[in-house]
Amino acid sequence: MSGHLRRLQELRALVPEVSAKQAFAAQQEGGLLVDVREPEEVAGGSPVGAARVVRGYLELEIEKLESDFDRRLLVMCAGGTRSLYAARGLQELGYSDVHSVSGGFGAWRQTGLPIEVPQVLTAHQRERYGRHVTMPEVGEEGQLKLLNSRVLVVGAGGLGSPAAFYLAAAGVGTLGIVDDDLVDRSNLQRQILHTDDRVGTPKVDSARLTLAALNPDVRVVSHPVRLTKDNVEEIFSGYDLVLDGTDNFPTRYLINDACVKLRLPNVHGAIYRFEGQLSVFWPAWPEHPGPCYRCLFPEPPPAELAPSCAEAGVLGILPGVIGTLQAVEAIKILLGAGRPLVDRLILYDALKQRFTELKVERNPDCAWCGEGAQITEYPDYEQLCATALA
Amino acid sequence: MNVVMVRIPTPLRRFTAGADEVSVEGRSVGEVLQELVARHQDLSHHLFDTDGGIRKFINIYVNDRNVSSLDGLDTAVDNGTVLTIVPAVAGGRR
Repeated sequence: MSGHLRRLQELRALVPEVSAKQAFAAQQEGGLLVDVREPEEVAGGSPVGAARVVRGYLELEIEKLESDFDRRLLVMCAGGTRSLYAARGLQELGYSDVHSVSGGFGAWRQTGLPIEVPQVLTAHQRERYGRHVTMPEVGEEGQLKLLNSRVLVVGAGGLGSPAAFYLAAAGVGTLGIVDDDLVDRSNLQRQILHTDDRVGTPKVDSARLTLAALNPDVRVVSHPVRLTKDNVEEIFSGYDLVLDGTDNFPTRYLINDACVKLRLPNVHGAIYRFEGQLSVFWPAWPEHPGPCYRCLFPEPPPAELAPSCAEAGVLGILPGVIGTLQAVEAIKILLGAGRPLVDRLILYDALKQRFTELKVERNPDCAWCGEGAQITEYPDYEQLCATALA
Repeated sequence: MNVVMVRIPTPLRRFTAGADEVSVEGRSVGEVLQELVARHQDLSHHLFDTDGGIRKFINIYVNDRNVSSLDGLDTAVDNGTVLTIVPAVAGGRR
């Protein structure tokens, strides 16, 4: 008798076996069904509600899934053999009520028990996102979350370029890009999505070419329009998060107001010469209501007090720093990892290489998100910015 | 009198002869800012509205707290306090 067959006899004496039907009943009564097959096998279907851990990682991962050593565990493979070995491994870890499903997934399927086709990373995706999947803060589940996420980047310029670039690399499944501008040669000093041979073409088209070349997994949705109060809700709806990479006050206030109304996180970045500002404005943050942009800046400066385009200027790398930090915040929010930059404003001074963190508090009297505020309709933003001083 | 370091944001440095930090004496935020605009008069129009209040697109921070959440211009300052002026910044256009 081969070693394997002898071992199987021993395992059958140690591990109680149940039929697929019994396993289903036990699952309904609170037992945990653990599918230990390989990802390629699971991709063709797996019992509804099963935990899925490959045999090779079972002992390493199981305690994260089930810390109660007395819960009934029903271990399943394809035919009921690997599951005997796996179940024995769990017994040796200290789990007291472990069963092997005889006949495995084949029997489960033949019995007509409920099956789902779980979303799993393809082999290609596991390779591409391997450095993400390895981290407990992301894992396969987190990477799938990113692939199912939808982020809207407003402005394919200095901030939007690095942000969209990294979000696409990270595998954010849908990236919307709003920009009605054409690529200009003077953009190329900082807007790294674009290239010299695309000068004169729409920025959304140029962005799509770059992002698709980097990661064909990403669906890039072009919005070659200027945001207005009439189109903002239609464009924002369906996105999980908005990243503000704009260059003018009317659009910044419009983004804020629509994000507050639609309860979306607004990942905000702004730059000027060697200085940057970064925050997340999110009154609908599930943890506690955060401030909105108007809590910090109730009104935009009038045109004559805002520095003009000609005298502004910006270090080309500065939006790289701030836009990349915006991408970090976006990814954290999508994953639910760490603490988002809600309630806080970061000032970055490139000349001094200094980050300063300031507190941002909710303004209870905020005209837009405060307790007394009644959101009815969007103001006229061009007007707002032209006459705020009056 | 307490000596306070006022950090001037880039857009307002053209009113402070390019200085990014100005050392000013005062006991309250209001006193510090009055002393600051006495030295750099063109700043006044950018920091204060016609009623003498802080403009709505400017925030004044005492260390890491917004004075609007403290006692406004009456907020006391200590020796060594850092006062940061934080203006609304749009980006390239306006």
